[in-house]
Amino acid sequence: MDHAVKQPLLEVNKLSAFFRAGRGEVQVTRDVSFTMAPGEMVGLVGESGCGKTVTGLALMGLLPPASSRLEGKILLQGQDLIAMPPSAKRRLRGRRISMIFQEPMSALDPVFTIGHQISETLRAHQDVSRAEARNRAIEALARVGIPEPTLRYDAYPHQLSGGMRQRAMIAIALVCEPQLLIADEPTTALDVTVQAQIVDVLGELCTRMGMAMLFITHDLGLVSQTCSRLVTMYAGEVVEEGRVDDILLRPRHPYSSGLLRSLPALTQRKARLPAIPGRVPVRGDMPPGCRFQPRCAHAQPPCTAPQPLRAVQPQGEVRCCRAEELILPGVLPVERAA
Amino acid sequence: MNRRQLLLIGSRLLQVVPVVILATVAIFGLLQLVPGDPAAVIAGEYATAERIADIRRMLGLDRPVWEQYVVWLGHAVQGDLSASLITGQPVLDEVLRRLPNTLLITVLALVLAVLIGVPLGILAATRVDRPTDRIVTTIASLGVAVPNFWLGMILVGFFALGLGWFPTTGAASLTQDPLRALSHAALPALALATGGIAEITRQLRSALIEVLSSQYVRTLHAKGLSNARILWQHGLKNVSLTLLTVVGLVFNRALGATVAIEAVFAIPGTGSLVVASATNKDFPVVQGVVFVLVLIVIGLNLMIDLLYSLLDPRVNRR
Ligand SMILES: Nc1ncnc2c1ncn2[C@@H]1O[C@H](COP(=O)(O)OP(=O)(O)O)[C@@H](O)[C@H]1O
Ligand code: SF4
Ligand SMILES: [Mg+2]
Repeated sequence: MDHAVKQPLLEVNKLSAFFRAGRGEVQVTRDVSFTMAPGEMVGLVGESGCGKTVTGLALMGLLPPASSRLEGKILLQGQDLIAMPPSAKRRLRGRRISMIFQEPMSALDPVFTIGHQISETLRAHQDVSRAEARNRAIEALARVGIPEPTLRYDAYPHQLSGGMRQRAMIAIALVCEPQLLIADEPTTALDVTVQAQIVDVLGELCTRMGMAMLFITHDLGLVSQTCSRLVTMYAGEVVEEGRVDDILLRPRHPYSSGLLRSLPALTQRKARLPAIPGRVPVRGDMPPGCRFQPRCAHAQPPCTAPQPLRAVQPQGEVRCCRAEELILPGVLPVERAA
Repeated sequence: MNRRQLLLIGSRLLQVVPVVILATVAIFGLLQLVPGDPAAVIAGEYATAERIADIRRMLGLDRPVWEQYVVWLGHAVQGDLSASLITGQPVLDEVLRRLPNTLLITVLALVLAVLIGVPLGILAATRVDRPTDRIVTTIASLGVAVPNFWLGMILVGFFALGLGWFPTTGAASLTQDPLRALSHAALPALALATGGIAEITRQLRSALIEVLSSQYVRTLHAKGLSNARILWQHGLKNVSLTLLTVVGLVFNRALGATVAIEAVFAIPGTGSLVVASATNKDFPVVQGVVFVLVLIVIGLNLMIDLLYSLLDPRVNRR
């Protein structure tokens, strides 16, 4: 596939999110930039609190308008979503971009049937009759692997298990066949066996429908199963971006390397390696230079200068001045990988 | 009606028994503390002590208190609420004659509370922390605190005595002269309604704020539904359960408050009947009113529970 000639589906350019706090503001993400090609599956990883959900909600235009503010650009096929009037953005949501959330238990309206919640989405965007909406909702339920979809159409959320609810959520998100799905930790709240099924369903539907997916997770194992590209965030910034295969083998940023090494499933080691020592810096107490510096084993004097996100060879981007000189371990020990 | 709903009715009816017994025992006990003697009232000003004692014997007042209660209860369960000690008239007739006046102002108060409280609650919840919300919330906190009999007196002073728009006191039959009945009921119902308006506004506001900031409403926004649809379809259906609960509460409170309001507006209802009978220690009348009102409250709450099970799909299968 030649991505260079294709117009990107999504282009996020220096996106910063601010929340109002008292008199002032706090910045929770800074200069987040990445692109997605049509049909591409990109993983967005990072520790809890690093700004993954905020970024996802920003793409959807779902951050609270009264208490938040965005800077930068979000281009969907060249159209700037931040500059777009709210009513036009609303018509994009659920039709061209959809989002599913972490908690399938509380993400569905408890007093309406699953079927109603799917067909109302369809009817909000397309001029279809009730009967046709019903048929297409039942099709959508079947597509996400819900058994007896005709019966399930009339079920209420509390009558379904967590996994089935997340499938119903996916059916809602995909019923209008959007170009981009933002999946915010869709499996975190589920049992391990169910997690794999949900990830499979998502991957399969993306491929079948030619839909792009931004897969937000803190589980690199799941990313390696589904995604071709990976964006790593740390403390509100993108610190590395590249092909999943490249990064698994040789991460360029010490933080990505730390994330990979604390991953038991991929290293095939019995004991989980200790997570990266130290704590994420708190807002208002950000180190002036590299934000990872207080926890970085490779820190040196140049690291106290601000670190730009820059391209590295053969491809990818890293926010680390020592990226070229460091040889960092991925999921495989360096000796064996070399 | 499904099995669960039948079970609900059954268990509710069983609950009626202890509630009625408790309420009537409590009233009976309290009445013993009231000074005065119905026999002395009947005998008149210049009666001899013997004459009074005779009357006491005749009425069964010489018997132990518990025995009087058991006799009363024995009749009551057979649908006979005994007769007034003072007038000798059957209590049930008197209660049923006065009940429409009381129910008229109570139901009217409830209707006013819903018609005014619901829009105010929605208005405030959709404008959280903006000036409209602040004003509504402040007025609602005042409304909860204002005693309704005091407000009743103000209303009478202003609209009835001052402007002459409404009659000051009394009541009329709704079936014989509906317009006059409503104009009599308007001010007392408004006085009764204020607490309810404030309560419904506050509860609906906070319930709706919770719903509108819930995760499932975020999903509705993510699906691209319009704000109007999210509010009027999903928001309202989700808060309707809270609304039902509050409506029940408001009705119960308003019914209790009729005692004071009927005194202010001189309405010949059950509330004023209780007050008059209690001062005479006419316990069969007081008991009879309490008995009937408790049944009404329980009936209404049962209806609310049934509606609840229709509105909330989670109730049926738990
Ligand atoms: N509505 C909000 N108001 C203020 N701060 C917020 C809000 N939502 C998220 N944040 C802050 O933004 C940061 C990033 O949060 P989030 O995007 O949820 O992290 P995660 O990567 O775990 O999804 C957190 O520090 C969080 O406290
Ligand atoms: S810039 Fe320096 S401190 Fe930051 S990650 Fe790279 S080596 Fe570590
Ligand atoms: Mg999150």
